[in-house]
Amino acid sequence: MNDDTIALRAEGLYKVFGRHADEAVIALHRGTPRDRLGSGTTAAVIDASFDVRRGEIFVVMGLSGSGKSTLIRMLNGLHNATAGTVEIGGEHITGIPAKRLREIRRARISMVFQHFALLPHRTVLDNVAYGLEIQGVAKAEREAKARKVTRIVGLAGWEERLPSQLSGGMQQRVGLARALAADTDVLLMDEAFSALDPLIRREMQDQLLELQAELGKTIVFITHDLNEAMYLGDRIAVMRDGRIVQIGAPEDILTNPADDYVEQFVQDVDRTKVLTAESVMRKPRAVVHVGAGPRAALTLMRDEQLAGAYVVTKDRSIVGWVRDRDVFELVRRGDKDLASVIRSDHGAVATDTALAELFIPSLEAALPLGVLDTRDRLVGVIPRVTLLAALGGEPEAAVQAAPRPDPLPTEVVDRVLEAAVGTGAAGAKEAL
Amino acid sequence: MDVRIPVGSWIESGIDWIGDNLTWLLDLLGTVWTSLYDAVEWVVITPPAIAVIVVLAALALVARGWKFALGTALGLAFIIGVDQWDNAMSTLALVLVAAGLALVVGIPLGIWAARDTRVSATVKPLMDFLQTMPAFVYLIPAIAFFGIGVAPAMFATILFAIAPAVRLTELGIRGVDREVVEAGQAFGATPGRILRQIQLPLALPSIMAGVNQVIMLSLSMVVIAGMVGAGGLGGDVTKSLSALDTALGFEAGLSVVILAIILDRFTGAFGQKRGLHLVTRLRSAAASRASSPAAETEKVPA
Repeated sequence: MNDDTIALRAEGLYKVFGRHADEAVIALHRGTPRDRLGSGTTAAVIDASFDVRRGEIFVVMGLSGSGKSTLIRMLNGLHNATAGTVEIGGEHITGIPAKRLREIRRARISMVFQHFALLPHRTVLDNVAYGLEIQGVAKAEREAKARKVTRIVGLAGWEERLPSQLSGGMQQRVGLARALAADTDVLLMDEAFSALDPLIRREMQDQLLELQAELGKTIVFITHDLNEAMYLGDRIAVMRDGRIVQIGAPEDILTNPADDYVEQFVQDVDRTKVLTAESVMRKPRAVVHVGAGPRAALTLMRDEQLAGAYVVTKDRSIVGWVRDRDVFELVRRGDKDLASVIRSDHGAVATDTALAELFIPSLEAALPLGVLDTRDRLVGVIPRVTLLAALGGEPEAAVQAAPRPDPLPTEVVDRVLEAAVGTGAAGAKEAL
Repeated sequence: MDVRIPVGSWIESGIDWIGDNLTWLLDLLGTVWTSLYDAVEWVVITPPAIAVIVVLAALALVARGWKFALGTALGLAFIIGVDQWDNAMSTLALVLVAAGLALVVGIPLGIWAARDTRVSATVKPLMDFLQTMPAFVYLIPAIAFFGIGVAPAMFATILFAIAPAVRLTELGIRGVDREVVEAGQAFGATPGRILRQIQLPLALPSIMAGVNQVIMLSLSMVVIAGMVGAGGLGGDVTKSLSALDTALGFEAGLSVVILAIILDRFTGAFGQKRGLHLVTRLRSAAASRASSPAAETEKVPA
């Protein structure tokens, strides 16, 4: 990862409030727990390091008191870091003169606040234009731009109202518009949707994702709501007692929690919305090559104890699936072409399908549900037990409970296979 | 028990020292105060009483509406009726100048105290001291410094009335939503800009409550001011006290009450979201009329 792709970098950040802050940092660095620092000294953030990539939504998640609000305020210098550095676009913002810091805030980093923090005595339009006003943009120009952004967030017609005349959700749209109008690369969002009703919150989250898809800002989003973190975050940093305990993609956090704390935390998450087909799929136990004859296919199914198998081409693109009984018939009749029994209704799903959308296809599929990549290649299967195990939070449990969907008795198959020896059905077996 | 703390003599020697060594400063202050007072008194006393009443009633109309305007006119007419007009205008001038000076010093001090906890910690006990010390006590050094007349009255009034200006300004600014101030900082506003555009406007109701109290406290000093020869309504009250003249005493006293009510309602109007906010409302009304009617009918988002 080179520096061009890093929009914001925090390294070894500490924030200690109260007396003897510097000594406290040294003590913490040596491993003193934060509750042994002595009275009057509070460590809010301890040794936080992370990179935020350009265009990514980086979520910092933690309960109240975990230091996340302090952390986000260090990213734009509202709080001075006691130790450590923050870089925005390669430029240090720690330990620089106040004037330079203000310039960086104007040009590079804006913020959305939990309780909106609008100027109550100014109209919506003037609030949206506030960042531009500070940047010194001429009145006509900033109003035109503010009008445009106000429309983008869906507040056209409300420009001349005062914030107090708007609902909470609309006020936060003004807050968002104000940050967007400032046109900075980096957007800090401090519990931006936490003060809103659940329905409005969901709407705002969707709107943020839509805007993000269009504008590609770098967003640092603070929240205490894990579902929100999982929904919005490209990557999530989980904070506890001032320390970052894990950084990873939502699925990583969910499937490989770094410690008991994170594990407990993620128990309440709706896994079916976060986990995708890709994260729970298994390797197919066996697939039949489309050029293989019925005999090879039947042998494969017998060896693997399968009642059916997916049929793929050489590059593993899916063709369909076959049932062992149909192939059995072919072999008995001495037919040498599998094509007549291949069924095309395989019902396979894409790798990024959320678990919640797998249940019905899984019920409808005769075989473990197939998973296809973007080029229609069969990259995995999801047996129903795996799906159930993933819901229970332990996808590994499915390994022991492999599916046994009632294959033909081995002796029967052996008999017909032996009978067919000599008819010369050659084929390939591909066991993955 | 023959221990005595000679605080009184310490303070006395301190005050003597000021009187001896800072004469130039005291003279300057005395001159400035007296000429300010003279100027304001000239403005309210020179025109015919009826003109002053019309102007004040018009201001009252803008600030609170016709009821207050009518009340103001009737009250002032009553003052003319008891032949206290000139006295009332002298007192008004004294109150306006003293309160104005108290605000000019007090509000910036309050702002400073709001920004710096050490200043706040120093100013707070000082203000407690100034406000609780019996007002008469200020007259003693006042006369020592300025002799008799308007200047000592002004000195005592400012000291006595300044505390609410400092306190309520500090309180108002400290009470401004921290997030809104942070918003100003986060977008790169300078501290001066945050003060002008965020802190002062949002602290305005509290500051105006301070202005109101300063004016009321100043008015409560007029009688005391009368004792050191400042004239006005206080002069007549003092005179009637020594002559046991009930009629004169009550006439002057009722005039003080009327002035007090009028000034209180005026400044109270600014504290509530009226008066000053009238301007804002007119402006936003004009703006929404100017915006296109199409925008108004557009579908309202949730």
